[in-house]
Amino acid sequence: MKEKRSIIFAGAVVGIISVLLVYFGNPANMGFCIACFLRDIAGGIGLHRAAVVQYIRPEVIGLVLGAFLVSIKNKEFKTNGGSSPFTRFVLGAVVMIGALMFLGCPLRMVLRLAGGDLNALLGIGGYTVGIYFGVLFLNKGFSLKRSYKMPSIEGYIFPGINIGLLVLLISGAGFLFFSSEGPGSMHAPIWISLAAGLIVGWLAQRTRLCMVGGIRDMILFRDSHLISGFVAILVFALAGNVFLGYFNLGFADQPIAHSDGLWNFMGMLLAGWGSVLLGGCPMRQLILAGEGNTDSAVSVMGMVAGAAIAHNFGLASSGAGPTANGQIAVILSIVLVAIISASNSELVTKRAEA
Amino acid sequence: MNIIDARGMSCPQPVLMTKNALKGNPGIVQIIVDNETAKGNIERYLNHEGFSVEFQNQDDDILIKGSR
Repeated sequence: MKEKRSIIFAGAVVGIISVLLVYFGNPANMGFCIACFLRDIAGGIGLHRAAVVQYIRPEVIGLVLGAFLVSIKNKEFKTNGGSSPFTRFVLGAVVMIGALMFLGCPLRMVLRLAGGDLNALLGIGGYTVGIYFGVLFLNKGFSLKRSYKMPSIEGYIFPGINIGLLVLLISGAGFLFFSSEGPGSMHAPIWISLAAGLIVGWLAQRTRLCMVGGIRDMILFRDSHLISGFVAILVFALAGNVFLGYFNLGFADQPIAHSDGLWNFMGMLLAGWGSVLLGGCPMRQLILAGEGNTDSAVSVMGMVAGAAIAHNFGLASSGAGPTANGQIAVILSIVLVAIISASNSELVTKRAEA
Repeated sequence: MNIIDARGMSCPQPVLMTKNALKGNPGIVQIIVDNETAKGNIERYLNHEGFSVEFQNQDDDILIKGSR
């Protein structure tokens, strides 16, 4: 019960901080969005040249370093890796392609609903179906196989790179790309964003908060532990949005969103399925990477690469709706995820061993 | 008796491996894990299934013993 109270508390803090970040300057319903923020960072270092979505988001740096610091403090920092790293890289990329079809990671999906954006309901529908598909393969023995202990330095590199990014951001390095208009230009002051990330990173590490684990564990084990964090984020962000007058119920004209229901559904189906195979949502991957899990660091790099591909090839949606390229990419990615699911489950591996 | 080796497995596989081990309705189950997340998840699952749970640290790993 104490455990459940702490995850509800963490969810409440995430919900409230998310609304406050919008108050301090982040785009609407985007206090946190791991997909959007990794996409902005990819743009900030010039991996894509979509001029409206380029910024080094301190929230991401804070999430990683918050998890890093608390895991060091509690002696939970452990360097491991080697569990199908390249498959994880590819899954990270396709999760990003799905999220950018919908325009948000699973966390922003909940924050969008909390802001009254009903398109998020289609996203949650697709997300749940995607998780269900992933669970079917988990029950058929899906596994990306074991990870192993690695030399400590391997685990310190990812948090180290985040410190490096922070130094570049604070020093105002001239070779970084910063949006002068659009979502990338809208952000809370650096120190507020960083502090928000650190607090949420700390709490998420302690409570194992995960936006894919909630629905997954309900389906697999009828366990409501993680989903109570998910619900707490929704309830507290909703209350915060109503209090500050941000709540705007409807499908049309929602901020940084489109109203194509089918593709909102399909995008999050892909993101949900891929995230189950990775063992956690994009935020959870950042947290795990902060505590020495280099498989998760590789997944995050896959997401950054996926974001660059999505913007360079015109796959990402905009407020105007999805693109034809994006629709083709989502379908191909779903086929790829199905192949990865089947090849790593007992459907195929048992036969190969026999 | 067999010890289930769930070290290095991603979520939710340590719990799934535990769930599969309970299919024969054993009185005792032992699982070895290498991280606190898996430990917490398995403890919660075993408690829910009516087991009492003990832990034993083994170097960097944790042996979980469930009995009912």
